[in-house]
Amino acid sequence: MFENLSLFPETASRIASEVDALTFFLAAVSLFFVVLIAGCLVILSLRFRRTRAQQSEQIEGSLALEALWTVIPLIIVLCSFGWGAKLYYEMRTPPKEGMQFYVTGKQWMWKVQHPTGQREINSLHVPVGETILLTMTSEDVIHDFFIPAFRVKADTVPGMYTSMWFEATKKGTYHLFCAEYCGTSHSEMIGEVVVMDPADYQEWLNGQPAGKNPIESGKILFENLRCDTCHAAGSGQRGPDLAGRFGLPARLSDGQTVLFDEDYVRESILEPNKKLSAGFQPLMPTYQGQVSEDQLLHLIAYIKSMTDSEADSE
Amino acid sequence: MSSSTTTQERPLGLDPEGTVHVSHDHHELGFLRKYIFSVDHKVIGIQFMLTGFVTLLVGGLLAMGIRWQLAFPWTEMPLIGKVLFPETGGVATPEGYTMLFTMHGTVMIFFVIIPLLTGAFGNFLIPLMIGAPDMAFPKLNMLGYWFWWPGIVLIAMAFGAEGGGPAAGWTAYPPLSTVEAAAPGSLSGQNLWLLSLTFVGVSSMMGAVNYVTTIVKMRAPGMTLFRMPLSIWGLLISALLQLFALPVLTAASFMQLFDRVFDSGFFTPPDVVINGQRPEELGAASGGHPILWQHLFWFYSHPAVYIMVLPAMGFVSDIIAVHGRKPIFGYKPMAYSMAGIAGLGFIVWGHHMFMSGMNPTVGLVFMTATIMIALPSAVKVFNWLGTLWGSRINLTTPMLFACAFVSMFIIGGLSGIWMASTPVDIYIHDTYIIVAHFHYVVFAGSVLGIFASIYHWFPKMFGRMMNETLGKIHFVGTFITTNAVFYMMHQLGIAGLMRRTADPYAYETYAHLQPLNQFISYSAFALLGFQIFFVVNFFHSIWWGKRVGRNPWKANSLEWETPSPPGHGNFDKQVEVYRGPYEFSSPEIEEDFWPQAAKV
Repeated sequence: MFENLSLFPETASRIASEVDALTFFLAAVSLFFVVLIAGCLVILSLRFRRTRAQQSEQIEGSLALEALWTVIPLIIVLCSFGWGAKLYYEMRTPPKEGMQFYVTGKQWMWKVQHPTGQREINSLHVPVGETILLTMTSEDVIHDFFIPAFRVKADTVPGMYTSMWFEATKKGTYHLFCAEYCGTSHSEMIGEVVVMDPADYQEWLNGQPAGKNPIESGKILFENLRCDTCHAAGSGQRGPDLAGRFGLPARLSDGQTVLFDEDYVRESILEPNKKLSAGFQPLMPTYQGQVSEDQLLHLIAYIKSMTDSEADSE
Repeated sequence: MSSSTTTQERPLGLDPEGTVHVSHDHHELGFLRKYIFSVDHKVIGIQFMLTGFVTLLVGGLLAMGIRWQLAFPWTEMPLIGKVLFPETGGVATPEGYTMLFTMHGTVMIFFVIIPLLTGAFGNFLIPLMIGAPDMAFPKLNMLGYWFWWPGIVLIAMAFGAEGGGPAAGWTAYPPLSTVEAAAPGSLSGQNLWLLSLTFVGVSSMMGAVNYVTTIVKMRAPGMTLFRMPLSIWGLLISALLQLFALPVLTAASFMQLFDRVFDSGFFTPPDVVINGQRPEELGAASGGHPILWQHLFWFYSHPAVYIMVLPAMGFVSDIIAVHGRKPIFGYKPMAYSMAGIAGLGFIVWGHHMFMSGMNPTVGLVFMTATIMIALPSAVKVFNWLGTLWGSRINLTTPMLFACAFVSMFIIGGLSGIWMASTPVDIYIHDTYIIVAHFHYVVFAGSVLGIFASIYHWFPKMFGRMMNETLGKIHFVGTFITTNAVFYMMHQLGIAGLMRRTADPYAYETYAHLQPLNQFISYSAFALLGFQIFFVVNFFHSIWWGKRVGRNPWKANSLEWETPSPPGHGNFDKQVEVYRGPYEFSSPEIEEDFWPQAAKV
């Protein structure tokens, strides 16, 4: 009945074995306590059953024991907390340098764009040993990008951006799932991650229609939508110069500060007057219904790439 | 209201003559007033229980439907298939499967476990155990039961709603649940679902107000807070949880309903394109945020887990003490740890959302709070073991179920630490480990606790014993099959199998898990089958069980001072409380139990 029963997924990313180690630690702790407590229950209920025990003892409690069985679990949970917290930060802090991919979820498929502009659906080709950064969103409902072999998973939420990173350590084809229930065909929202040698990856890229890369597409959009009339350096005083501002705090007209990140760019394009930049009038029109999720990602990619020097040179 | 004046005249549950109303000096009520629209807490409790059995059967059959689909996908479902999927001849559809698990979760949580624990046992036990003639607000109590019914009717209507039943999961995450184009059943089904939950919430709220007031105001003379049985502590704390958490769910449900009916857009971000259409083009507002729902929903629904387990913990403590003939080990730590679990329960909701792009610093706070819940839980488990040490155990059916509760709760509790450990949670989130975890808590925990309580308090409810042999068959069958079903789900989850997939074998990776799923399904069918022993035992014993006197278990708490079953007004003599509820095997007296109300 159970031949070929593989009950553990493959391990194919840098983080995977660290996650597994913590999992095994928790499994061992759990097993120990389950056996201890279930064993005690069985032994005690046999040892002290009515036919054997003459008279029960009137024990009301013991402060020393209460302290003991609070402190020992406390030490164990603190260990697992410390270990977990350290790994959690490692997993949630992407390396500075890496290949930036963009992912958009949609009922019921994954759309991926490579840093060089190639696109694919329900598959993701990546080179082995490289840091892969994913910026992700969804067009419609909440999905969840899950690669079991890499032990990574993150929701893709409409209206905001989430990020994920991994470094594949083994060549091969791995499964890609949507883990957040997303409607009728949720169980068919599946794909594959193909991990290749860098050379093979380059060859694969060359075989794909490249088009423009996200930054170039964003630059063209930035001009076509006339963003540049107000937001380029020296374009006048109607809108803030965007060069070199990404990732830094931005001051708002109501005195608050927000982080100038993907979410803020998206919000400012779609609801421009919600968080108005300090020192500017609410002049900008909304672009709701005029830019797709993909185009928003391109604009973000371009704005992210705008550095002061580049803006100066233009 | 007349009850407020009578409460003043007999402030602690007794009238001036020292006796309360008993059935014989009360004018006879007609059948309708006595059994249907009764204001008697015991009748209302039994009404909740019997209705809960029916909904439990419905929820159980839905679970069997899920199990059938996972074991034998896209084949004709026996028995219930024809009812659920008449248009396909009994074969599940993807929409139908999503409806199955949505409704299974909803029915089990809102129509089975919460009503059975707080509605049935809360009602039946609170006045009896604290020595009060009835609830503080008997009519509100009746209203609480009858407000549950519109909820039942609405959720039943939702099955047959146009466009299919609600299919957004019991968590109903927007925009899937709010934008009609996103999901089948998003027509009227989801609206009915939301309205149904509102009625259930109002019903629970009425109950909670009543329980807290009754426990605070109507205890018999001498019944200090720390002389209350742990059952009452569990019920009090879970009622407080309901009071603080339910309004949030009700508000959130209304916001979702407004999004659906009035296009308000609380949870709809701008510029999404769902099924080729922007909600704005259809006149809907946007600018909200889908994550807001998750915060509001889990702010209720995580404490709801403790609403579903704290009363069971209390009942089990009492049962272990009575059938082990020994005082509860560490009574006060037991009460404090329940309060600790409840308090922490309010600040852990974020661990359901680790995947939603949460800032890791915020995540760390939720991680800390979640992991800390292990401590009061450990205190409880070790104190139960301490109670067993040196006891003199009567291995009756309620005792067996109570011990099973302890051992199952520890499994559910330990797997909770996996979820609190975020890096591990990232892998197991939305896999079958989660399903295994919460079923160990709410099925193997709460439901086995409910069985223990039914076997234990049945003599008080109906004046007769349940059959021990049938009870033990029921116990052994249920215990083995429960573990066969839910333990194996851990293995599915470790293998990476995700929950809520209509066809887990759509990808060849998981095709090899089908035999394991079939094993789980066969076990689940057997689990349902073993409940026949319970049903037969229960209904047979109501009429033909062995008659019992007031105190068949030789227990100490006040409910055993009343006739079995107690008449209207509960106590036929004056009750005063002289000691705590766990004076078993005291060296000061000859008997091995010392009732709370016994003067010497």
